[in-house]
Amino acid sequence: MTKITLGKAINAGLRAAMEKDPKVIVMGEDIGKLGGVFRVTEGLQKDFGEDRVIDTPLAESGIIGTAVGLALRGYRPVCEIQFDGFVFPAYDQIINQVAKMHYRSMGKIRMPIVIRIPYGGGIGAVEHHSESPETLFAHVPGLKVISCGDPVDAYWMIQQAITSDDPIVFFEPKRRYHEKAELDESTPPSLPLHKAKVVREGTDATLLCYGPMVKTCLQAAEAAVEDGRNLEVVDLRTIAPFDLATIFASVKKTRRAVVVHEAPYSFGPGSEIAARVTEECFYHLEAPVLRVTGYDTPYPPSRMEDDYLPDLDRVLDGVDRVMGY
Amino acid sequence: MSESVPGPAPEVFAPHEAPVSPPQASEEVEFVQLLTPEGERVEHPDYKFDLDDETIKGFYRDMVLVRRIDSEATALQRQGELGLWASLLGQEAAQIGSGRALNKKDMVFPTYREHGVAFCQGVNPLNLLGLFRGVDQGAWDPKDNNFHLYTIVIGAQTLHATGYAMGQQRDHAIGDAENGEATIAYFGDGASSQGDVNEAFIWASVFNAPVVFFCQNNQWAISEPIDRQTRIPLYQRAAGFGFPGIRVDGNDVLATYAVTQQALKRAREGSGPTLIEAYTYRMGAHTTSDDPTKYRLNEDLEHWKLKDPIERVHAYLSRHAGVDHDFFDEIDAEGDKIAAELRAGCLALPDPVLTDFFQNVYVEETPQLAEQRDQFVAYAASFEGEG
Ligand SMILES: Cc1ncc(C[n+]2csc(CCOP(=O)(O)OP(=O)(O)O)c2C)c(N)n1
Ligand SMILES: [Mg+2]
Repeated sequence: MTKITLGKAINAGLRAAMEKDPKVIVMGEDIGKLGGVFRVTEGLQKDFGEDRVIDTPLAESGIIGTAVGLALRGYRPVCEIQFDGFVFPAYDQIINQVAKMHYRSMGKIRMPIVIRIPYGGGIGAVEHHSESPETLFAHVPGLKVISCGDPVDAYWMIQQAITSDDPIVFFEPKRRYHEKAELDESTPPSLPLHKAKVVREGTDATLLCYGPMVKTCLQAAEAAVEDGRNLEVVDLRTIAPFDLATIFASVKKTRRAVVVHEAPYSFGPGSEIAARVTEECFYHLEAPVLRVTGYDTPYPPSRMEDDYLPDLDRVLDGVDRVMGY
Repeated sequence: MSESVPGPAPEVFAPHEAPVSPPQASEEVEFVQLLTPEGERVEHPDYKFDLDDETIKGFYRDMVLVRRIDSEATALQRQGELGLWASLLGQEAAQIGSGRALNKKDMVFPTYREHGVAFCQGVNPLNLLGLFRGVDQGAWDPKDNNFHLYTIVIGAQTLHATGYAMGQQRDHAIGDAENGEATIAYFGDGASSQGDVNEAFIWASVFNAPVVFFCQNNQWAISEPIDRQTRIPLYQRAAGFGFPGIRVDGNDVLATYAVTQQALKRAREGSGPTLIEAYTYRMGAHTTSDDPTKYRLNEDLEHWKLKDPIERVHAYLSRHAGVDHDFFDEIDAEGDKIAAELRAGCLALPDPVLTDFFQNVYVEETPQLAEQRDQFVAYAASFEGEG
């Protein structure tokens, strides 16, 4: 077994999917020779050719719109959007076409499209390169939204997403592209795609997180041991739909929950979780569900992002508050 | 005086005969050139450059200074003082020629690479650095210098420019080639594929808006060569939208000046939009994060080095205008001085505080946001006095 980075794990997952199914096509800006600005598609064009690994013209609506056509023709397009902030020219195609095709065709048409989006902050980038727009997709019926928190999940989840007959928006935690883990490609994935994963068992409170915040929450949980607290950490993995069963089971056990995401506070995934947990776990709760998130401002200039983003201290502060009830 | 919408039917250049096999976009077709790479003046039947050598000396100075500012910014990025820098290296003539053609009342909508145009408009280069350092997202006031904020989302500003021009039209600020107003939109070859840019062409055309679309075709959109965006020369696209398009040697500052000036005049007098394709080359990486060795050959670079926009003016001035060493040395020294000031200014840029950034989400802070700001302040204060 070798250690592999999260970025390379997605690369390997794409490669495996392309080897298995000749209908899988990868497309996006700068993904060919360059291998993508994060090198996630490195080497794929060399090995699978320009017909299957397509450097597209610079137009996101075009990328998704033509993916719809390719899907209608029996292909399984995997589209890369270069950065989170640049998905919006494609938003109409995603919301009005990709998400609704199955519904309005009464199930006759499927849209097996994966839209890969490197997302989130913490890399010192200029504006539009650090956003967390997952809610804007999770809110749309017909789309599934997922995010991986570690290299092993990255490897399997991208493949599972590609085999899905529903369209999937796959949020990749770009600041974790270089995180490493052991990957055994011969052991099949332990979970189906739309299942959450308890990544640390605990008893005192549950941290619910996904994507880049999984690592942050695991670190916070380790730090909390010093305060005599034993935190459970759940990597949600799937945002639309949520794996409510796993969430409820954990919260019923610990009786306290803090949701952590980089996306702004209001109307974020945390809002939905808080509502559902309140509805389903009301009599088990010792405290309201709290949220530790980005603030309700646009993503700030990068010199302030450390203050904007939830970090270990802010997660622990959230834990203090949820334990204070 | 200008009419309101729609204006007079734009003069439409006859579309080119459809070629049997379409020419590749990167294939060299004729362009307007007034100064050869060797520094020799040439004439063009439609475009004259009739300004004196003093003006050309001024262009030379501008180009040297912006190249120096640019190289200092690149160095600052390497030293960790900027998060990123998008170099204009190689595009000085396109930017200075077009920038110097602008009148005081004309409005500019830039991308993220228009440092040369910003310089012409009098924007303090330190303000440009703020965005790349991550202390702000463009802190200058566009009204101060008629220079809008940098736009990073590819192509979006072309529509803003068109809308602004429609405003100029409705304000009856056009109709006179000298005193009228015009707008210029900068964008790249890659941007030409965006829906927004094509919509901007349509709007500008049907409303006859006083806007000049200035496309710097630097042959690359990050790693993608121009052939990935178009199979015909970009300027020829204008014909399909119903307004004139022209290709200019983007490394010839006299030509970019003359062509832009004519297009601006057309706009100001109410004759509508023009597409200018400035044929140039991105001599550096896309940005400091990019590694061009992954996708392009060094030979191309060597080839374009021979067409350097500054060298040819240097050659012209020393050979034909009797300009001696002192002139060039003085400008180099001035560049070094500006660069040193820029560096000092950059290092002294105050680090911003997040509290300031709650304030401008809305014109008036909402109660919810005020509450979040207070919580943030209290939370940050809880760390004070700690190690
Ligand atoms: C909508 C959008 N998609 C993608 C990007 C990422 N991106 C930044 S610059 C660039 C290439 C732009 O090429 P071009 O228009 O030729 O301008 P140049 O950088 O060459 O000046 C890309 C794809 C972006 N900024 N905005
Ligand atoms: Mg370009």
